[in-house]
Amino acid sequence: MTSLPDTSAPGQKKLGLVIDLDICVGCQACAVSCKEWNTQGYSAPLIEDDPYGAEPMGPWLNRVHAYETHSESGDQVVHFPRSCLHCEQPACVTVCPTGASYKRAEDGIVLVNPDTCIGCKLCSWACPYGAREYDHVDGVMKKCTLCVDRIYNEHLEPEDRMPACVRACPTGARHFGDLGDADSDVSRLVSARGGYDLLPEMNYKPVNKYLPPRPRRDGGGNDLQAEALDGRAVAGTDGSVSERFFAWVDSKLSD
Amino acid sequence: MHPAYSVILFTTASGAGYGLLALAGLAGLSHGAASSAAFALTSMAVALGLISLGLLSSTFHLGHPERAWRAFSQWRTSWLSREGVAAVATYVPALLFGYAWAFAGPGIAVMGILAAIMSAITVYCTGMIYATVPTVRQWTHRLVVPVYLSFALATGAVLLLAISHLFNRQQVAQVVIAVVALGVVLVLKLAYWNSIDKAERTLTIGSATGLGFLGEVRQLEAPHTTKNYLMREMGYKVGRKHAAKLRRIVVLGLGGAIIFTLLTQALSPGLATASALLAVLWAMIAAVTERWLFFAEAEHVVNLFYGKQAA
Repeated sequence: MTSLPDTSAPGQKKLGLVIDLDICVGCQACAVSCKEWNTQGYSAPLIEDDPYGAEPMGPWLNRVHAYETHSESGDQVVHFPRSCLHCEQPACVTVCPTGASYKRAEDGIVLVNPDTCIGCKLCSWACPYGAREYDHVDGVMKKCTLCVDRIYNEHLEPEDRMPACVRACPTGARHFGDLGDADSDVSRLVSARGGYDLLPEMNYKPVNKYLPPRPRRDGGGNDLQAEALDGRAVAGTDGSVSERFFAWVDSKLSD
Repeated sequence: MHPAYSVILFTTASGAGYGLLALAGLAGLSHGAASSAAFALTSMAVALGLISLGLLSSTFHLGHPERAWRAFSQWRTSWLSREGVAAVATYVPALLFGYAWAFAGPGIAVMGILAAIMSAITVYCTGMIYATVPTVRQWTHRLVVPVYLSFALATGAVLLLAISHLFNRQQVAQVVIAVVALGVVLVLKLAYWNSIDKAERTLTIGSATGLGFLGEVRQLEAPHTTKNYLMREMGYKVGRKHAAKLRRIVVLGLGGAIIFTLLTQALSPGLATASALLAVLWAMIAAVTERWLFFAEAEHVVNLFYGKQAA
């Protein structure tokens, strides 16, 4: 079971997500809808330890970080959702001693069988992306299922047959599809926007791709920020009577 | 990485047990049946007792210990599974050897060598569990498996010498093996620390997030306000000063074990026994401290996503 399926055949189905870092606003809707769906779905329950106390802790299968970047040409804030990348070479699967962790041959989804997991945590050690979180209450490992219980679910309306995070995203920053098919919408998006792998040097061959933020038109907003911090630019006048009047009032009030 | 006490107890106790079992097996191979059944039975009871204690404690950190039997199934890919299989399989030659050694039973040479080989394989598998976790550069180091093997041999050797003294069966060869093994651990461990301290940190927060092309990357806001599983399990940090002090304890422990082992040759029988027991104590202090540090000094790649600049 923990032996990896052969996914080298051309056209092999590789379901995954494409996350657009240019669009993500960090609203956490994907993280919340993920927790909501999966606490009643395949990974159920996702219990918080001490939920109303000082130190609540429990598994979330999707986490949204915020990073700031700094360079001569400008500063930028990037919101960064992080979940299982459903790698083609997932060491989390091969280290599993029980066969509870496995990669599906038919679509490449990496899953944990909650009925056979012994909770040894070795798979979480083997994942560089922090995709697996141990559930202390359940005693088993939890991870993103790519909403395997939604995407093939014929009880749902066709437009709902996608991962909960993708369905919830209000800005369209998350895309779901077959990254093994070069002609799929997601594959075309990746090639058009220069989608990339996280930690490619570790050779896990993630299926999920990230689209880089586009360059900012205003150079990262540094000029506007400098103007705002420098009061003169804001208090300056265009020479009209009313402007001069308000400038006079402003200077009197500022004394 | 968070140092789990059950895993530290498991790897040090079972390591010493397998070391002792391997040396007892080799003693049976070269000498035949033990000259005293009490000596043989005590050695085997200590060896198998430590091994069993270790295996039991390793199940304590599982979420579902009652499912532990499933861990024997994935030996094709998983070193943890291989270790489980090897550990249980070792009981067969170990028990047959123990019987032949204590009561002059049949097959002592074959079972002795088999027990020694299986012990080495089991400890090798333990080391490989860590050496094949690609996310921790301090674990994929090539000296990790040799350190696991030599620590098992060294702690087993001081145990055998102490038990031999209790039954007045001590031999110079036992002293030589113990001192050489302890010396090898000391040299390997110093080389290992030197190497991991010097090694370049090639993975960066820029390559983890892919945002390096935008310049310097810092975490602005974590996804959660309290620590999650990842931060507790992988984010464990040990202060540099603290680590340096603990490294000195490992070196002192190994050095002390070497000195007390050598002293057994110079002291009167009663004091020599006490000295051999002290060598065990010092070697085990070194082993437990070293194993704690092995986890505490391990830096997991996932910390890059939580703002660490390089790993």
